[in-house]
Amino acid sequence: MELNNSKAKRITWWQKNQVKISPWIFLAPGLIFFSIYVIAPIFVSIGISFYQWDGLSPSIYVGLQNYIELLDDEYFYISLWNNLKWLIFFMLAVPIGLGLAIFLNQIVFGIRLIKSLFFFPFVISQVVIGLIFTWFYQPNYGVIAPFLNFIGLEGFSILANENTATYGIIFAGLYPQIAYCLILYLTGLNNINPEQIEAGRMDGAKGFHLFWNIVLPQLRHATFLAIVVTVIGALRSFDMVAIMTQGGPYGYSNVLAYYMFEQALSEYGYRMGYGSAIATVLFTIMMFYILFFIYRMYRNEREDNN
Amino acid sequence: MFPTPIHQRPIVNQYIYKIFLPISLIIWLIPIFGILMTSIRGLGDITAGNMWGTPSEFLLFSNLYDVFTNTPMIKYTLNSFKVTIPTMLGAVALSCMTGFALANYKFKTNLIIFFIFIAGNFVPFQILMIPVRDLTFKIGLYNTITGLVLFHVAFQTGFCTLFMRNFIKALPQELIEAARMDGASEFRIFWKIILPLTRPAIAALCVLIFTFIWNDYFWATVLIQGDHAMPITAGLKSLNGQWITAYHLLSTGSIVAAIPPVIMFFLMQKHFIAGLTLGATKG
Repeated sequence: MELNNSKAKRITWWQKNQVKISPWIFLAPGLIFFSIYVIAPIFVSIGISFYQWDGLSPSIYVGLQNYIELLDDEYFYISLWNNLKWLIFFMLAVPIGLGLAIFLNQIVFGIRLIKSLFFFPFVISQVVIGLIFTWFYQPNYGVIAPFLNFIGLEGFSILANENTATYGIIFAGLYPQIAYCLILYLTGLNNINPEQIEAGRMDGAKGFHLFWNIVLPQLRHATFLAIVVTVIGALRSFDMVAIMTQGGPYGYSNVLAYYMFEQALSEYGYRMGYGSAIATVLFTIMMFYILFFIYRMYRNEREDNN
Repeated sequence: MFPTPIHQRPIVNQYIYKIFLPISLIIWLIPIFGILMTSIRGLGDITAGNMWGTPSEFLLFSNLYDVFTNTPMIKYTLNSFKVTIPTMLGAVALSCMTGFALANYKFKTNLIIFFIFIAGNFVPFQILMIPVRDLTFKIGLYNTITGLVLFHVAFQTGFCTLFMRNFIKALPQELIEAARMDGASEFRIFWKIILPLTRPAIAALCVLIFTFIWNDYFWATVLIQGDHAMPITAGLKSLNGQWITAYHLLSTGSIVAAIPPVIMFFLMQKHFIAGLTLGATKG
């Protein structure tokens, strides 16, 4: 009797509280996993940046020394400067993607297949894209060699020249990124309210005026996403650099993401503390964009709830 | 529709458009044609500098044979599948639950947890690299496929949660309320009502995660060292070092590496695009 009673009680307790407890049961596996592998490591890395550590022997606390060393590190500045170049020139993917989207947003025979063929550089690995372009740039056997010969730059190696290497990599990186922006904008154009366009046309809006005042504002969401993914892509540029130049020549095409890896994990030495300091700088830069993104999402959430 | 549909334009414009469309496509695909052509060639053409002319021999199959027999390419490809498929399943399973929890329940820390998932999804890999590598070492999974999968599942859960939560939030709330009125338990609601409705979202996530993970190079180099567990991206990079000027083999290998995500993309294009735009269709 008593047993039955307590069982009944337990069921009612569960029934009463299950709406409160359930979310935590559903959240637990994902949240724990994510905390261990993503959230905690951020803080651990920031911590390591105050130590001198080769990954094996005991670490030594050195305070801000790693950061002070960064301030005097010529290669750090080159990498930082290259990251800036990436941010600026990678942005070209956004307007080019938009232009292509407008060009392709037609209904003609075969357009679906044509669109897919325009998209698909995006699904190919950056390793493959990097390898293709490295070969394109080869001074003697490369695909653009005949062109270089034609303009009198025989034997010129884009990736071996300190002034052109970064631009060569960015150009290769733009190829899949343009495809990405194109996808976002084509979806955006599909979702445009046709009535507003017609109303604009009735009012005599045409061409650029129509585009700028009526179409572009409606593509806000696509533009926002395109900018976010392009900025993140530019700051994350690791694969292309690793494949095409490994930061060379003499670090002139390095970016923070690759320089960190080089310092912490390559034959140049296992400087975990110094690497973490570089990672922390990169993280701080990225955090501005992340907070901006989250702020916007927060605003949308509040609008949705009101 | 913007721009003005081409068939409402003068006939001359229509012709110009129809001529320019294939031309632009050809220019766009030059890099792809480049590797396709080169995968057919033999070493003779490469050393003779015949990059764009007609291939003097048709050697695609012999190149494929070379790549598959003289290199660990088959192993690499299998490894990639062994990393990609469990990651896809794991991340989708976890995020169905987290997405449901965040979309369906009101509690104080809801938005904060949601934003943590989003923020974590965007952080640079380098800030995670040393601790994750260290952790993987400590639990004895360095240089194993399992170690790589565990990290990928955790990291992708961020993006997948963002996606799932928004998708479930857009579902009609009345369904859930009605089920609750009927006395259905929360787990029953999740399993019987929400999961069947999220099928399109699950499909979109599967395609996206498949491509992301298949193409991952960074974590494959950080957490894997030997051929036995190396996925195809890292494998291709290491073969590149051996081949040097054997561009015909390099091209063939690149094509092998690119085929699975490309097939996935063409088969599931609609889901893929829905996934990339975060399922958000509102202007």
